[in-house]
Amino acid sequence: MSPDRRTRTIKVDALARVEGEGAMLIRIAGGRVSEVQLRIYEPPRFFEAFLRGRGYTEAVDITSRICGICPIAYQMSAANAMEDACGVRVDGALHDLRRIIYCGEWIESHALHVYLLHAPDFLGYESAVQLARDHAAIVQRGLQLKKAGNGLMALLGGREVHPINVRVGGFYRVPTTSELRAAAEPLKWARDAALETVRWVSRFSFPDFEQDYEMVALRHPSEYPITEGRLVSTRGLDIAVREFADHVIEEHVPHSNALHAAIRGRGTYLVGPMARYALNFDRLSPLAREAAREAGLGPVCRNPFQSIVVRAVELVYACDEALRLIERYERPDRPALEVPPRAATGHGCTEAPRGILYHRYTIDASGTILDAKIVPPTSQNQKAIEEDLARFVQDRLDLPTDAMTWQCEQAIRNYDPCISCATHFLRLEVEQV
Amino acid sequence: MKRVVVVGVGNAYRRDDAAGLAVVRRLREAVLPGTVVVEAEADPMLILEHCAGAEAAVIIDAVSSGGQPGTVYRLDAGGSPLPERLFGATSTHALSVGEVVELARTLGTLPPRVTVFGIEGRAFEAGEGLSPEVADAVEQVVAAVSAEAAMAAGPA
Repeated sequence: MSPDRRTRTIKVDALARVEGEGAMLIRIAGGRVSEVQLRIYEPPRFFEAFLRGRGYTEAVDITSRICGICPIAYQMSAANAMEDACGVRVDGALHDLRRIIYCGEWIESHALHVYLLHAPDFLGYESAVQLARDHAAIVQRGLQLKKAGNGLMALLGGREVHPINVRVGGFYRVPTTSELRAAAEPLKWARDAALETVRWVSRFSFPDFEQDYEMVALRHPSEYPITEGRLVSTRGLDIAVREFADHVIEEHVPHSNALHAAIRGRGTYLVGPMARYALNFDRLSPLAREAAREAGLGPVCRNPFQSIVVRAVELVYACDEALRLIERYERPDRPALEVPPRAATGHGCTEAPRGILYHRYTIDASGTILDAKIVPPTSQNQKAIEEDLARFVQDRLDLPTDAMTWQCEQAIRNYDPCISCATHFLRLEVEQV
Repeated sequence: MKRVVVVGVGNAYRRDDAAGLAVVRRLREAVLPGTVVVEAEADPMLILEHCAGAEAAVIIDAVSSGGQPGTVYRLDAGGSPLPERLFGATSTHALSVGEVVELARTLGTLPPRVTVFGIEGRAFEAGEGLSPEVADAVEQVVAAVSAEAAMAAGPA
């Protein structure tokens, strides 16, 4: 190794292809990685403050504005938390509709990441535009898949970006049986396209890199987790959602305004598709499991670069599951349950495309929000991303800075970090010392 | 009459980032014949879906290029890429407006006429409300887009 590579700082100013903007700084001294900082400038504290004093029914709409890619996740975590506070449980056809619209969001978000943000890394392109120049048909397939997801969100949510039809207790309006059945045809196409997607991405070549993460996801008695479940981990965590704050601590770190989440007494953990998959492989549909097997994926995947394959498997699952639920749908008598307020604290946690999204609200007897707490998946993955980078770089100290920077950016994109969940502007910086 | 699509991009809770949305919300009130008005909050990818098949598109987004806040940029994107400085990698979204326009061009789905209005913002932190000079710029752009859309749509 040349001496100048034994001591240097890698710093990148603008992280391409992540939601928002990011900052990353890695210091190497004497042939060892001495420091890794992923800088997050702004957690959703504005929204937590903004929610105080608002009505308990408003959180669903307000928090959906935090992220343009996963508004449903915010709506569902907020609705769950408010229903928990008020002691109401939404089930039956309304629960199914929530799963269907959430499947739409998974399809939309995963298709965007797999095709336009992550695949270019594996195929040696700098951007989706370059990828499209050589592989227009593939990019069209990805866009069409995304559109299928957006279609479900628009059908059930009233609009595709900031759905307005979701409310505490259910929906403002529910589709007729025939309206919903009509959504099946594009989804059947999407399911086939998702199977093609799994085959396509499974042929990419992946760096030899595995991490022994503690993975955390929801687990439900019968469903692959989306809208509810207990919180479980690969190291034995098994708690109710309301115990989240007893087991997860949030630490202030000097290089970032954001709070970094850690499991009390153990530290770093991982949320997202790889965690869901590892903890719920047995809950996938037979078709999704078969697709995973064909792709050479075992029941647990610890290589974050292969998360693209896991996302593709979840694309298959989301299409398959939405079709199953559409098939059995009978329009419920009422679009929403009555949810009268009471003085209480409620907790909600759902599986956003990027991992668990936790909301907690305290409301008074009239339903006014007294306190709000939001923990997005990206802030929970901060430490895991930093640890990935430290090890990844340590094993590749021979690389020239530009190649290393590029690979570090890829390592960050493995997480599909929705930076705007946690912040607006994140910059990745690489500097020489 | 030709089909014209007007798309406003932005995040309503990021102060001046909402400039593009503010323009299309005003235009909705105006009801322009032959024109579809779309709010693409924080997802410029929707430009692709909504502009496919249209004969003309007008896109409005906030920009942060270090210029004087309230400055209005009008660019013709029908024939050449948008300048990186205004609509490049620095985006609050997964793909910037510039990238989405180039993606549509590459895939052959970009309408023949594309006009992009950029409004230079001052404040992009979390919060509501436009800076005064940006609010003024929104008024200018509402008038300009109305004229542009009417011309693109042609006689009724």
